[in-house]
Parts: sequence; structure tokens; C-alpha cells
Amino acid sequence: MSKWSLLTDGFVKNNPVFALVLGMCPTLATTTSAMNGLEMGLATMFVLILSNVVISLLAPAVPDKVHIPVYIVVIATFVTVLQLLMQAYVPAVYETLGLFIPLIVVNCIVLGRAEAFAGKHNAGESALDGIGIGIGFTLSLTVIGLVREILGSGSAFGWKFIPGDGILAFVMAPGAFLALGYLMVLFNKFVKKQ
Amino acid sequence: MAAKSSLKNMALCLTLVCFFCAAVLGGVYAMTKAPIEDAKQQALLNSIGMVVPEGGEISEMMTGEFGSLSFEYYKSVADSKTVAYAVKSTVIGFGGPLELMVGVLTDGTVYATKVLSHSETPGLGAKCTEEGFASQFRGLAPEKKISVTKDGGDIDAITASTITSRAYSLAVFNAVELVKSLQGEELDAWSGATPASENNENKEEQK
Repeated sequence: MSKWSLLTDGFVKNNPVFALVLGMCPTLATTTSAMNGLEMGLATMFVLILSNVVISLLAPAVPDKVHIPVYIVVIATFVTVLQLLMQAYVPAVYETLGLFIPLIVVNCIVLGRAEAFAGKHNAGESALDGIGIGIGFTLSLTVIGLVREILGSGSAFGWKFIPGDGILAFVMAPGAFLALGYLMVLFNKFVKKQ
Repeated sequence: MAAKSSLKNMALCLTLVCFFCAAVLGGVYAMTKAPIEDAKQQALLNSIGMVVPEGGEISEMMTGEFGSLSFEYYKSVADSKTVAYAVKSTVIGFGGPLELMVGVLTDGTVYATKVLSHSETPGLGAKCTEEGFASQFRGLAPEKKISVTKDGGDIDAITASTITSRAYSLAVFNAVELVKSLQGEELDAWSGATPASENNENKEEQK
């Protein structure tokens, strides 16, 4: 497996949202706009890369029976670090994402990659995997957020190009499921097959 | 590859990992404590600065009570005279508490309003944070309760978010009433006003 494919696998083949269908809670909840999706993706990527690296280093020393608790402790630590840093230096972003930052702990992608990849590979490979999956997740969330924002509010990244209200349902929960479902169809039909 | 799962190994591993994680968290917490406090203070000052006329000196936090409601408020003082009040006014919106900072001039005119925190529906009630809605309250000097057009008032409610709009109006009105009562202590001119209670508001919505 080449280093390059380690990185790019996360974009399409192992795309966490559309191919692995992991981490649906933040995916559905935070993608009310493209910017929110992007910020959530980046926050998850931060945790994913660091926890992947640390877990790959720890794994050989961790007894099998306690590896899940150890992974969770490591992930929770990074999430809390991220939470404190965001509160201190980007309070505005923290305000919008607030509740969903602590929920990164239980995001299946992070534990999933720790279990499926980082526990069996070295630190360098795990970092690449973290970056790849992180970019895949960020892109997916941004696209879903963008679609919902265009349809729901008539704007893109906060730039309004259709005056008035959009299809309000798309900003609310039902729109999240609709947007995700149709995007997944398009993804499977046109992107994944290539 | 993994270490043997003996009791000793497991206990040792968990203890060490937790110890290091706790140490890291303690370190980061100590490091970010001051910046977090600063950021909160700065956000508060910014929100006050947005709702009172420029140039005033912002006072320490004070608390005032009006009827059954208690408020935190700040005075903006220029040339040792109070020019405006910034009142933190909380009401129940559609999705939970709606917290506003309301700037009120000493004559009871609303200078500006700003949402501090809310849990309204994104895309609907959450639009109360936008200037288009909030600007309607500028320069308002309510003699009676502020209400939305649907209830015979002057405020254009946010589309499909009448409850949020009503809550917002109530929060602004309560703040104005508080300032009037504070002023009344000095001028004795604005007596007899009672705060609009949230219970009344809820009853109206049920009709």
C-alpha cells in the first residue's frame, strides 16, 4: 500500500460519511450551513490525527482486554484539549459548535479508525490515515452543509445570492436526512464506481 | 504484538494512561484558564458596547429587581452621568431560554439589542440574531407592551417564528421597564408599571 493511497483512501474509497457511513450524529446535526460543516470537519480532523498517532504508539504496550477503554481515554483527552483551546482562542466558533465538540468523543469514525487502522499500523501511516479520513469527513460535511445552506437559506458560506427565505425544511432536521440521502445516492452512482 | 492481558498488566496500563491523560488535561486547563476568562469578558464587553452609545465608560455588573424578575445590568457613564443601561434580559423562547443584551437610554428609549444566547430553530427563530429583525427595536420608546403585528403591535414577526418574535419583544420590554424603574428611583416619574410576566404570555399563545 503506497503512502499516497493511505492518504487518498479517505477521500472516496473510505469516505467516512458516504462510504463507511460513520459519525452520522455530527454529520446530520452540525451541517446547517457550509461553514458549520467545515468547522466541525476540521475539529474532528484535529482529534482524529492526534488520537491516531498516539494510539498507534501506545497499541503495542496495551493489553488486548483493555484496549477500548485506553483508546477512549486518549480520544476524550484530545477532545477536551480541543474544547478548551477553542473556548480560549476561537470563542465564536465554539459558540456555534458548542455541544457537538464533546460529542466527538463518541464519533464512531475516531474510535473506528483507532480500532481498524491505528492499532495495527505505525505512527506515520496512522497520521496519514488520520489526515485522509479527516479531509474526507471535512469535505463531506462541507458539501452537505453547502447543499442545505443553498436550498434552505439561499446562500453559500454566508454569502446570500437568493433574497428571502429558502426551503426552510432543509435547515432543519428532515432536510439533513434528505440532503444526506440524495448525496449518498449521487456519490455511489458517480464517484465511487470509478 | 499486544502485551499479555494479565490483571497486573491491565491495571498498570490503565493507571499509566489515565495518569498521563489527566496530567495533559491539567496542563492545558491551567494554560487556557486565563484566555478563556478573557474571551468571556471580552465577549460581554463587546455585546455591551454594541447596545449602548459609544464613548461611555462601562460600569461593573449590578443587579436589579423588577417585579418578580431579577436582572443583571451595566451602566454606561459619560462625564459622571449615566447615559444608558445595558440590561441582560432572559425570557423563554421557542426552544429554550433566549438571552438578550438590551441597551436602553435613560429616557426609556431602546438604543439597540443583541442576542447573547438562544436555542431557537436554525433558519427560523434563529433569524432573531439578524439585523433586519433586531433593528425594528431601535429607537422604540414603549409606553405599553411591545407586540408583533399579529397581536396588533408594530413589530414584524420573523416568518414562521411568532413565538420567538413575541419572546424577543417581551425581553426588550422587560428591560425597558427595569430601566424606567431604576430611573424612577431618581425621578419618581415612572411609577405604577408592572412587568409583563411570562405566564401571561404563555396563556396568550395557547388561545
